Amino acid sequence: MATVRLSFSPAPVHVRTARLVGVAVARRAGVAETLLDEVRLAIGEACTRAVALHRQYGVPDPVLVEMSDSTSYTVRVIDRAPIEASVGLSALPPDELADESLTDEALTTGVGFALLAGFVDDLQVRPVDEGIGTEVRMVWPVARR
Amino acid sequence: MELSLATRTVAEHTVLEVGGEVDVYTAPRLRERLIELVDSGARDVVVDLGRVDFLDSTGLGVLVGALKRLRAVGGTFSLVCAKEPLLKIFRITALDQVFPIHPSVEAATGTPETGAGPGPAA
Repeated sequence: MATVRLSFSPAPVHVRTARLVGVAVARRAGVAETLLDEVRLAIGEACTRAVALHRQYGVPDPVLVEMSDSTSYTVRVIDRAPIEASVGLSALPPDELADESLTDEALTTGVGFALLAGFVDDLQVRPVDEGIGTEVRMVWPVARR
Repeated sequence: MELSLATRTVAEHTVLEVGGEVDVYTAPRLRERLIELVDSGARDVVVDLGRVDFLDSTGLGVLVGALKRLRAVGGTFSLVCAKEPLLKIFRITALDQVFPIHPSVEAATGTPETGAGPGPAA
């Protein structure tokens, strides 16, 4: 089993780096080529969410991304924002998406969660084991080698 | 790939051609350009996503913002997108029910298809 860990300052410019690393490790782990676009998008969404929470709560700590391949490709994106920030993560119904009263932030959060839930079959969002923060855990199958 | 933005006019529509990656880092530039277009008087805006190879929730949020802004001033907003991976993103988020999405700029602007061979004889 190989593990790659990446931690980055909570700035938007680094999310692309996390996506690139996440896809490179996925490819090496044996994730099907047809899934790599979804891996790229999901890791990007999870990291974007983490960066937004760190900035919203003024948390300077780095965002952690841990990628491991064993029987599957598992990516954990860990933020250090207060846990209540994760409450309200839900997809928005279509008739609310272009609602005038919906803020840009709420829209982006709802759409981001819809993408995560839509593209990742095995998705968990839960509090971290120690300290404050949330872990977004995503799992993809790998080809047996 | 970095974000690229280019504007042209087609049949009284303002067409914004977007290329590269639209994400949490680059989306603010797309938002600024769209606001500039509306502020400068554009009312029928088409965003051509033909050369976009990555689009995330932040980019989608910017597009919804532009749609709302144009609605508020009595304008129209539509997208050009024929790439299946991007279309899947619109379907999953249900935004395909919010945006008019056309397969080509010609379809979006109501102009004849180009490059389809010689036109009818005069």
